[in-house]
Amino acid sequence: MFGIPSQALLGQLLLGLINGAFYAMLSLGLAVIFGLLNLINFAHGAQYMMGAFVAWFLLQYMGLGYWPALLIAPMVLGAFGMVLERTMLRHLYQLDHLYGLLLTFGLALMLQGLFRNQFGSSGQPYPIPAALQGGQNLGFMFLPNYRAWVIAFSLAVCLTTWYVIERTKLGSYLRAATENPTLVRAFGINVPRLITLTYGAGVGLAALAGVLAAPIYQVNPLMGADLIIVVFAVVVIGGMGSILGSIVTGFALGVVEGLTKVFYPQASNTVIFVIMTIVLLLKPAGLFGRTQS
Amino acid sequence: MRAMPPQTSPASTTSSASARTPVSPWYAFGAMLIFLLVTPLFVYPIFLMKALCFALFACAFNVLVGYAGLLSFGHAAFLGTAGYVSAYAAKAWGLPPELALVAGTTAAAALGLAIGSLAIRRQGIYFSMITLALAQMLYFFYLQTPFTGGEDGIQAVPRGVLFGLVDLRQPVSMYGLVLAIFLAGFLVLYRTIHSPFGQILKALRDNEPRAISLGYNADHYKLIAFVLSATLSGLAGATKVLVFQLASLTDVHWTMSGEVVLMTLLGGLGTVYGPVVGAFIVVALENYLAQLGSWVTVVQGGIFVACVLTFRRGIVGELAARLDG
Repeated sequence: MFGIPSQALLGQLLLGLINGAFYAMLSLGLAVIFGLLNLINFAHGAQYMMGAFVAWFLLQYMGLGYWPALLIAPMVLGAFGMVLERTMLRHLYQLDHLYGLLLTFGLALMLQGLFRNQFGSSGQPYPIPAALQGGQNLGFMFLPNYRAWVIAFSLAVCLTTWYVIERTKLGSYLRAATENPTLVRAFGINVPRLITLTYGAGVGLAALAGVLAAPIYQVNPLMGADLIIVVFAVVVIGGMGSILGSIVTGFALGVVEGLTKVFYPQASNTVIFVIMTIVLLLKPAGLFGRTQS
Repeated sequence: MRAMPPQTSPASTTSSASARTPVSPWYAFGAMLIFLLVTPLFVYPIFLMKALCFALFACAFNVLVGYAGLLSFGHAAFLGTAGYVSAYAAKAWGLPPELALVAGTTAAAALGLAIGSLAIRRQGIYFSMITLALAQMLYFFYLQTPFTGGEDGIQAVPRGVLFGLVDLRQPVSMYGLVLAIFLAGFLVLYRTIHSPFGQILKALRDNEPRAISLGYNADHYKLIAFVLSATLSGLAGATKVLVFQLASLTDVHWTMSGEVVLMTLLGGLGTVYGPVVGAFIVVALENYLAQLGSWVTVVQGGIFVACVLTFRRGIVGELAARLDG
């Protein structure tokens, strides 16, 4: 097709879908946190990195492999997030949004600096779990099992999150508290605890993405630093008004980035930012944004 | 619309405090001037010139965040772009330093117009994310484009002879030029902040819908403030390139955008002298902690957290509040 071997095209499409899976999971976490806390979590990239590192620690020091890590890392980071929320973020809700951004930016610098001191800038390899090694020959391309698993699993995580928020009782409390926290508190729902749990869940999502990423990219102290900026652009393009919107935008932009690598590799780093510019010009509120607020 | 919690604007407390401060601004300005004229006798001039460039950068940044309430997370783009353009102008085109400075500053102004008109289409937190993303896009552009020299940057930029008269290779004359540029930029910003235009910016920061209902075109004023801030950031970047004779990717990276936020926050958002104090402290800190490697990042992150949690008004803001009783 267009003089490009279909192997290369499909290979980049697959890579794009994988990147898209991470964009979707991270922007989903940002959107969930933003909805209730009115906070842009700049430490999201650092928390994603820490999730990967927890998986690496578990394997290195406790002999616990990928599958336990998939469960433990989000819980550890979720607890860490809840401590952060209780001790620091809580004091900022009455202030201008920008203080939350500045605080989490400082946290990201600290966490990334600490890990870099300890582990240097080079990555630590993390093996693909035994059950997911190898791949399938689909006839037209070779599909590594682990990559297929990442796409399927992250899609499942995204849809579960959507289901919990849009279709369950807990989710309805969450959406109600987003609209009007005072009124929801008057109904006897413990909104501060809901906020703490939400932040924990958002951070846990970032950590889960980190564990998924560990076998593909290496476990590196700076793995989240540049990624979070791309995810911010994804969030600006999609708008944070809709959960499904951020999932769709994440996957779609990953694919677009993958295709750019095939047709015009020089622009592959910048294509998402270019799309952001175009969206801002044509539809300033974002593709799925509700109001310009 | 969601119900918003009551908000305190970043600097509304500070500015009202400093407005009532009994200390005349000219005392403070005189003290700063004497400090800057005397210290070169004791301190390494390159350090002072670096601090002055960053002080101008932070003051320019402060106009946006402290007075217009717009937190840009992409200001490195203006510092770095002006740096690259003036380095290229001085080295490849052989322009004299005054024209190289003008070229770099003009480029930053044009870029400010482009980025500003995009970023002000969204408010609040989105504004910060858009400026950060656009600056990152430029970073990748400068990484790949041939004229910047990629990872090497543009090295050995000639300082040249100012107006064909003053040889800038002499540290004394270079310091004189940097000091003059800093003071000129500082006074322009001071005048802007204390003009009717500055009052309108504060009104937009404190209550944008009300300012709009009074007939002010919010986007118009925000864009002017953005371009002014970008231009003076560019002037700082162009000057910095002449001082160090080097334009590199460090100046366009997001960590540089974070550093200018740190300087301004530490010194005091929305205070006149805060960014200057913050810039000197951060540059000194980097100087002394340089051998500690990546601990610098940890210390900087710690200062961010400490500032936000304990002294949001910054050093100058807190001092002004104390003096005020």
